Amino acid sequence: MSTVLEERPAAADAIQKFTATLMIRRFDPDVDTEPRWQEFSVEMLPTDRVLDALHQIKWEQDGSLTFRRSCAHGVCGSDAMRINGRNRLACKTLMKDLDIEKPVYVEAIKGLPLEKDLVVNMEPFFASFREVQPFLQASSKPDKERLQSVEQRARFDDTTKCILCAACTSSCPVFWTDGQYFGPAAIVNAHRFIFDSRDEASEVRLDILNDKEGVWRCRTTFNCTEACPRGIQVTQAIAEVKAAVLRGRP
Amino acid sequence: MSDIPDSSTVPTKTVDGVHYHQHDVVIVGAGGAGMRAAIQAGPGASTAVISKLYPTRSHTGAAQGGMAAALANVEEDNWEWHTFDTVKGGDYLVDQDAAEILAKEAITAVLELENMGLPFNRTPEGKIDQRRFGGHTAEHGKNPVRRACYAADRTGHMILQTLYQNCVKLGINFFNEFYVLDLIMGEVDGQKRPAGVVAYELATGELHVFQGKAVIFATGGFGKIYKTTSNAHTLTGDGVGIIWRKGLPLEDMEFFQFHPTGLAGLGILLSEAARGEGAILRNSEGERFMERYAPTIKDLAPRDIVARCMRTEIREGRGAGPNKDYLYLDITHLSPEVIDAKLPDITEFARTYLGVEPYTEPVPVLPTAHYAMGGIPTNVKAEVLQDNDTVVPGLYAAGECACVSVHGSNRLGTNSLLDINVFGKRAGDNAVAYVQTADFVPLPDDAAEFVQGLIHQVSTATGTERISTLRRELQESMDTNAQVFRTAETLNQVTEVIGDLRERYKNISVQDKGKRFNTDLLEAIELGFLLDLAEVVIYSALSREESRGGHFREDFPKRDDEKWLVHTMAYLTGDAHSADAGDHIKLSTKPVVITNYQPMERKY
Repeated sequence: MSTVLEERPAAADAIQKFTATLMIRRFDPDVDTEPRWQEFSVEMLPTDRVLDALHQIKWEQDGSLTFRRSCAHGVCGSDAMRINGRNRLACKTLMKDLDIEKPVYVEAIKGLPLEKDLVVNMEPFFASFREVQPFLQASSKPDKERLQSVEQRARFDDTTKCILCAACTSSCPVFWTDGQYFGPAAIVNAHRFIFDSRDEASEVRLDILNDKEGVWRCRTTFNCTEACPRGIQVTQAIAEVKAAVLRGRP
Repeated sequence: MSDIPDSSTVPTKTVDGVHYHQHDVVIVGAGGAGMRAAIQAGPGASTAVISKLYPTRSHTGAAQGGMAAALANVEEDNWEWHTFDTVKGGDYLVDQDAAEILAKEAITAVLELENMGLPFNRTPEGKIDQRRFGGHTAEHGKNPVRRACYAADRTGHMILQTLYQNCVKLGINFFNEFYVLDLIMGEVDGQKRPAGVVAYELATGELHVFQGKAVIFATGGFGKIYKTTSNAHTLTGDGVGIIWRKGLPLEDMEFFQFHPTGLAGLGILLSEAARGEGAILRNSEGERFMERYAPTIKDLAPRDIVARCMRTEIREGRGAGPNKDYLYLDITHLSPEVIDAKLPDITEFARTYLGVEPYTEPVPVLPTAHYAMGGIPTNVKAEVLQDNDTVVPGLYAAGECACVSVHGSNRLGTNSLLDINVFGKRAGDNAVAYVQTADFVPLPDDAAEFVQGLIHQVSTATGTERISTLRRELQESMDTNAQVFRTAETLNQVTEVIGDLRERYKNISVQDKGKRFNTDLLEAIELGFLLDLAEVVIYSALSREESRGGHFREDFPKRDDEKWLVHTMAYLTGDAHSADAGDHIKLSTKPVVITNYQPMERKY
């Protein structure tokens, strides 16, 4: 993709390319018993994304480097990874926003089973998501749309933005030590329905999240909020769910 | 609770390392169309959805602006106006019976999504809010109409999430990161029928055969034949390519849509909803140039027209920037509150990727490859056609991979989110009805043989050509020669490039020799599909000696209804890898269905 950027007809043209060093935590399940760090050099523009750097390595140096990606602009949620110790989307992290005087460290997100290089097993993450009943439950069958005021719609707007990238859940220290914890993303998706005026199953979800692996495991470290590439106020959403659990209603 | 039953994701048997599954309905692809089909099929039949990605990664989620339906929630509207706009927008190559279904069923489709939980933006009365979009008008072109139902500028995200949520609710069986590489066809009473598909499991490198009474293709588009594109890396046209390699036809492949407002140089989309909310395209002189080309609806003219006008402005020296090679999308006159409420994501894209602040600065934009109007021909029941009239019973296609044809030669914005819902649903309904009486078509003993051969051939490749180099050369040639403007000369240049790349593809190198998550192998196979499809696009484009909708031939700049008011049907008739496309592609035509609207000159 760097070739695309070379032709970007913006002011970036005037800016010189530079050499960046990437330290990537590699793991080949067929060969390695433990992950290992490998160093790569890439030619980058400041406006290139970390995903462009990974592509340059895969396409020009080492075809075996393995990572997930699809949309490449932060909406599909495929490429959450740890970049310099922080969970981010590789396609939303520009080289110019990193300290390129030093190597850029890239590794898989934590807390989910490592499969290969930057790829983890996402099944436990999606299993938690499914457990909070993340779908509208409403008994009425209207002929037209259910009415919802602008204010009611705004109440849960923030948590509708979730792209299930797992950046939040895999940044949570509680999740690292206790894989049974639902994790922030599942709670965010529960929030999205608990506070939807059309939904009738809030009590069920609040009950699920009142479990010992539910919202009370959250220690409000705010890692999730910092990690969210969609800017969702995750910790606040969890706090709102906690308050709703205590009230017994949204 | 909606635990997905484990039993049905477990293979029924494993023979020589190949796993076998059996489901009534096998759906390939888990974007909007595939999951909408699954929601219809799941409750009535054993259903499996096989997807190259996790469902929520599908590119439906990148759609921004809205989904058209003449709800008339905010101003007068009706489905007949919507039908007319769709037909005219498609430059009269639209099958009008299909367009009528699209516009009529749109209303139910939107209400069903709302009932499933989709959080649409609301009017002050609490109804679904609607906004303007290109080419959607009141009273047959009189003025723009508010027809697009939306959720900020993330309507596709909400549709994808809502459909996935409802699949979870129904306990649909998903096979995620399974890459379908072959369709197995059989014969019943001398009639072609699908027997199943063969998939490569990315996590393990193992093969799975899915036997199905009905097979639905919902695999999306193939925008990666171009370099500058709004499409995801994964949109390599595998499904369309599989159909092609089976000798089934592809329709109207020369019609590819270039969305006017991609971020310049990157192709990341800035929704047409911006112009729906009042954004203005400007040239280097600050002029609102669309007033000259489309005096009535200006910036809200259909995409093909706006993209051509932009290219014309640049050609005539009125491009902006140091190299005069882009234009501006200006939303600085909108208040930050409106921008944040209605266009939050696209303004963030401009900030993140171009460092431009849309509150105060115009955003550099250029047309970007966006959408394939053509694809797998189907009838209005979403049944796949094997020629102009004959269906393949049990085989369905819906969404961007299909060609119904509701988009004709140019799709209107918001009609694709509509298409996946209307025809995805139809595919699911009709597949369920079909499997009630149909039997499984017996699988051949060597069902996985072709895919085993393909994987072996690619994974043992020890040549010297890099996949990424070949792909880039294809994409660059397509961008240069087969974009908004084409001529026989430019198209022939791509033909030469493809011929050269086919030769070099025989000498590729695949470095990853492992079995697990071998995305190096995947990219090599994807390139094979891209080459096949680019060739069909170019060959079809060379044949159509007229200009219509998204296909503008500078050497034939007029629309020619006498000769070309017909669909193009392309068939693979020989060795796909022979050097001369004429040796293995046969073209014919299919009549356009015209009901109420006779072709007229297209003015806006």
